[in-house]
Amino acid sequence: MFFAFLESSRSALAAIFANRLRSFLTTLGIIIGVASVIAVVSVTGGMSAFIGDSFASLGANSLTIQSYTPFEDLMKGIRSRLTPADLELIEKRGEGIASITPILAANRSSQIKYGSQTAYSEIMGTTYTYQDVSQTYTEVGRFLAQSDNQTRRRIAVIGEDVRENLNLPENPINEYVEFSGEWFKIVGLLEPMGDIMGQSRDNLVLVPYATMVSILGNQARTDIGIQLSLTPTAEPDAVISQLTTLLRNAHDLSSSEDDDFRIQTAEQLMEQFDQILGTLTMVIGGIVSISLLVGGIGIMNIMLVSVTERTREIGICKAIGAKSHHILMQFLIEALLLSLLGGLVGLATGYGLGMLIANNIPDFPSASVPLWAAGLALGFSAFVGVLFGILPAAKAANLDPIDALRYE
Amino acid sequence: MSLINLTGITKHYEMGSQVVKALDGIDISVSKNDYLAFIGSSGSGKSTMLNILGCLDKPTSGQYHLNGKNVEILDQNELSEIRNLEIGFIFQSFNLLPRANALNNVMQPLIYRNIGFRQRKEMAMDALSRVGLGDRVDHLPNQLSGGQRQRVAIARALVTHPSILLADEPTGNLDSKTTIEIMQLFDELHKEGHTLIVVTHENEIAQHCHRIVEMKDGRIFNDSATEKASLGVAV
Repeated sequence: MFFAFLESSRSALAAIFANRLRSFLTTLGIIIGVASVIAVVSVTGGMSAFIGDSFASLGANSLTIQSYTPFEDLMKGIRSRLTPADLELIEKRGEGIASITPILAANRSSQIKYGSQTAYSEIMGTTYTYQDVSQTYTEVGRFLAQSDNQTRRRIAVIGEDVRENLNLPENPINEYVEFSGEWFKIVGLLEPMGDIMGQSRDNLVLVPYATMVSILGNQARTDIGIQLSLTPTAEPDAVISQLTTLLRNAHDLSSSEDDDFRIQTAEQLMEQFDQILGTLTMVIGGIVSISLLVGGIGIMNIMLVSVTERTREIGICKAIGAKSHHILMQFLIEALLLSLLGGLVGLATGYGLGMLIANNIPDFPSASVPLWAAGLALGFSAFVGVLFGILPAAKAANLDPIDALRYE
Repeated sequence: MSLINLTGITKHYEMGSQVVKALDGIDISVSKNDYLAFIGSSGSGKSTMLNILGCLDKPTSGQYHLNGKNVEILDQNELSEIRNLEIGFIFQSFNLLPRANALNNVMQPLIYRNIGFRQRKEMAMDALSRVGLGDRVDHLPNQLSGGQRQRVAIARALVTHPSILLADEPTGNLDSKTTIEIMQLFDELHKEGHTLIVVTHENEIAQHCHRIVEMKDGRIFNDSATEKASLGVAV
């Protein structure tokens, strides 16, 4: 059986290469299917590894509280808010909290000027604790201090992109920038943090929270975000449920009403992201399996043609002693090798495609094909080959030797 | 002791509502080292006879003993094994595998015996040398002349050391010169001790044999020894 197997593989390869163009066209379905799945997996694989790193740098032991407005309410013009009062409440009554940081984003113009240069940036009002919660540190100068907040000083800490966009000197400390008609002295430059998904994290300006509140004016309408870092002993779940109760009471929510805010851990944010990526991969996987199905039918079709073409050969082989299983094996191996070769070509093409995509998106992590994906793609191609090879192979194996010998 | 023993063999085909009796009660024995020709016009049943003898087909009724084995009760796979072990086929249209060279064609039946490549090659080279093709082993069938192709086919039949060589119109596609060469090869093989059964409609071919069985309407019409038989083996 062993030598028969070897010989079948050899002659199957010979048959495949004898009809190079036909074999290539036959396996095109498999090639396209495998190439697209590998391209997607290689791109998302690199991306999720990178996102994991990015979220870890957000501070694993931190919580984010944001207002949440259900879509229906949004349509009615109702907006949920987190207010400075909520912040105060959490500061006073929250348990297990190491530091608390409000974030107030400018909702008017985010235009910022230096001399004749104008740039657009994310401008946020926050406090000195932002540094610990977000793991953001200054490269030059200092961060916001507690006293800055109390005295509502007009100072700013800027990101690397802002410095570049405004043509500020290498050391921008003590330069003044204009924002919302007020002048701010630069006291610090943040360490570059790179991008998440092409979105720069260095294009931001941090000003003291109280300063921001006074600039924005009507506090009652402001919606703030709150970042918390927890004490090492605090249980995130316990803290979340305590804060939920606090905020629900403060917002006068009855038990039938849903929360009008969301409390999330960095981990949850990451899980959400992974979930989105997972869904995307599943959807593409579904499309790809259709392509593999079509590819498999193509292989079955060409194998049936091949059996008909070689009817006489099958008759000869049977006459000189081939048993049914020899013929079955011959054609099954041919179908298997055909789709496996298609899988290999698809793997290489997909990897190349993934590299091309990753290299053409700036700051995108480089593509990588996990071993399981390569194995799965090849395994699945082999499965398709065997599945769709069975019918033609069985047809060949069951031919009557006399009829097959007479076939013209 | 006879190598082949047929008793009461019939083969019936159904053609619509009609039953065609291709073989209608055949009794025949073939001994070892016989050199036998089946002759008859088309429709006489000689091709069916060849299929039955070659274990390609099963009789409708009757008994067939080949080398002591009861053959008519075997299934398709067991028949394949018998063909591989006991029978060497030589066809009118050579029936070589078109994409395999001469050597691979001759090695092919040995694959089904699960013999390793080195030994396969050795046996095939021996057989090819025997038919005088030792120098053309890597030619494809379409690079060989008709006579050379038939020699490859004979080598393929010989390589398994079968009990009988079955030739179906072996010279039907060959010119007269090559026909003589091939028949001389057959004569030699017979002298070496092989058992040959030739199916033909040409009397000249049949005259090479030592025994001629004439068939008509699915029955044996005449079974007689030729002059060569009386002259003994040393012709």
